[in-house]
Amino acid sequence: MIPARTATAAKVIRTVVTTALAILVIVVLWEGYKWTGQQTGGNWPGTGIELPVSTDDVIMPHASDIAAELVSDIRDGRSTLPLSVYLLKKAWFTLQEAAIGFFLGSAIGIGLAVLMLRWRVAERGLLPWINVSQTVPLIALAPIIVTWGRNQGLPDIVSISLISTYLTFFPVAVSALRGLQSPDSAHVELMRSYAAPWRTTLFKLRLPAARPYLFPAFKIAATLSVVGAIVGEISIGTKTGLGRAILEFALRYAVWPERLYASVIGAAVLGLFVFGMISLAERMVLRRTDEVVA
Amino acid sequence: MNSGGDVPAVVVDGVGMVFNEGTGGEVAALDGIDLTIRAGEFVTLIGPSGCGKSTLLRLIGDLLTPTAGGVSVFGKSAHESRTGQDYGMVFQHAGLFDWRKVKANIELPLELRDWSKTDRAARSAEMLDLVKLDEFGEHYPRQLSGGMQQRVSIARALSFEPRLLLMDEPFGALDEMTREHMQGELLRIWGETGTTVVFVTHSISEAAFLSNRVIVLSPRPGRVHSIIDVDLGERTPDTREDPDFFAAATTIREALRSVGGAE
Repeated sequence: MIPARTATAAKVIRTVVTTALAILVIVVLWEGYKWTGQQTGGNWPGTGIELPVSTDDVIMPHASDIAAELVSDIRDGRSTLPLSVYLLKKAWFTLQEAAIGFFLGSAIGIGLAVLMLRWRVAERGLLPWINVSQTVPLIALAPIIVTWGRNQGLPDIVSISLISTYLTFFPVAVSALRGLQSPDSAHVELMRSYAAPWRTTLFKLRLPAARPYLFPAFKIAATLSVVGAIVGEISIGTKTGLGRAILEFALRYAVWPERLYASVIGAAVLGLFVFGMISLAERMVLRRTDEVVA
Repeated sequence: MNSGGDVPAVVVDGVGMVFNEGTGGEVAALDGIDLTIRAGEFVTLIGPSGCGKSTLLRLIGDLLTPTAGGVSVFGKSAHESRTGQDYGMVFQHAGLFDWRKVKANIELPLELRDWSKTDRAARSAEMLDLVKLDEFGEHYPRQLSGGMQQRVSIARALSFEPRLLLMDEPFGALDEMTREHMQGELLRIWGETGTTVVFVTHSISEAAFLSNRVIVLSPRPGRVHSIIDVDLGERTPDTREDPDFFAAATTIREALRSVGGAE
């Protein structure tokens, strides 16, 4: 399968090149904007109208300074290590919370979808509440979950994962229900003609048919699971994790803005990483059936 | 009836079907249908759209329950017959599972009957041979043409050797050439397996070419208008140019005209 491998390699190269180009474009725009502002004293060129975002070094530190910050040392307990490594360590912790949140949320989402599929009454009764659940602000919910968790003697990681779960189950539940309902009537009638019990129809027909609907939802859920974990960490006040780092750097933003920007980059990279993992899984699961033409 | 004491394949006895019964939107789809289909027969249901031919097929398959009368299949109730998996069904759209290879699609009903893996593989190989798709077992449905997909669907319906094959306009979505080819293939398979076939179509030539008997239904509510015997002997591609074939088609066309359904 040499052509296939070449195609894959070409694809990887293309992805790397486009990513590098995208980063370059962002840096050029960032620095170009900053340079323009500094030339004109914060105004649109040739006018007296102020730019929407101030270009001083606190609001918009140089991209090179942010990059330099990533390799400069920071104290972590008794040791010192580069900020990027420090952020990676924190991100690892956050990733674990996000992963628990993602898997638990996805399982709950699929479970709710199956429940709603099985009993129309459940769909009518549950769906509005599932929608309402997402309008409760996370910031309000977090302390409730934390306090409950601590009263139960659970470690904070459980509470943070639950907050993450709260965000992830929603897109999965909604998409899974659509996916489970997606087989057309001929497929359902076929299973009926085999006198297949409901459970068999679920596993042989509905769940496989739902996969193309599930993966986009998993991607959204994975990204949300990171957001949930970070917000959870911040509202709980844990001692570690990316959220903790962001909180600390945010407090010292006025004097050390590069660090906050660096930690935001860390969060974005973590988000991209989980997104990439899901895309990879999707490719592995769905690719086979997408090949066309004999 | 020439089959004497044999149990008929299908007996439809005074069947009526009303959709949405008891609500404002009642639709009488079928009324007073009596029909006996002998084992091994190839029977076509034809009629204008809205005559309930697909509904009748679904009643025989127990995918719907009649609001009046009863259906029996090989002496059992339609329901027992479905739970006993006595019939195979083929739809207008092949209805294959995209995520399963052709082979696995054919093996689906066997899987549901807990056949062993080796038995399933042996049978699907046989079936692929029967529908002349030996080389395509490892392909995915999307890689096949519409006609090939429909052949897989027939193989799937026949894989567990049902005594009855219910077909709902199976070739309706195919182009004319493929369609004629598939009709020939179906008759060959029917000859090789001896299965009873109930076939829904709205094509006059298809009905004339395929069947021993053509049931012409009149619409709203569907009733049996007439039953036309077709005796063309063994079908070959030349049959389509045979005067007897045209005569049969004309009889069917006239019956359809009198129910207000001819094109």
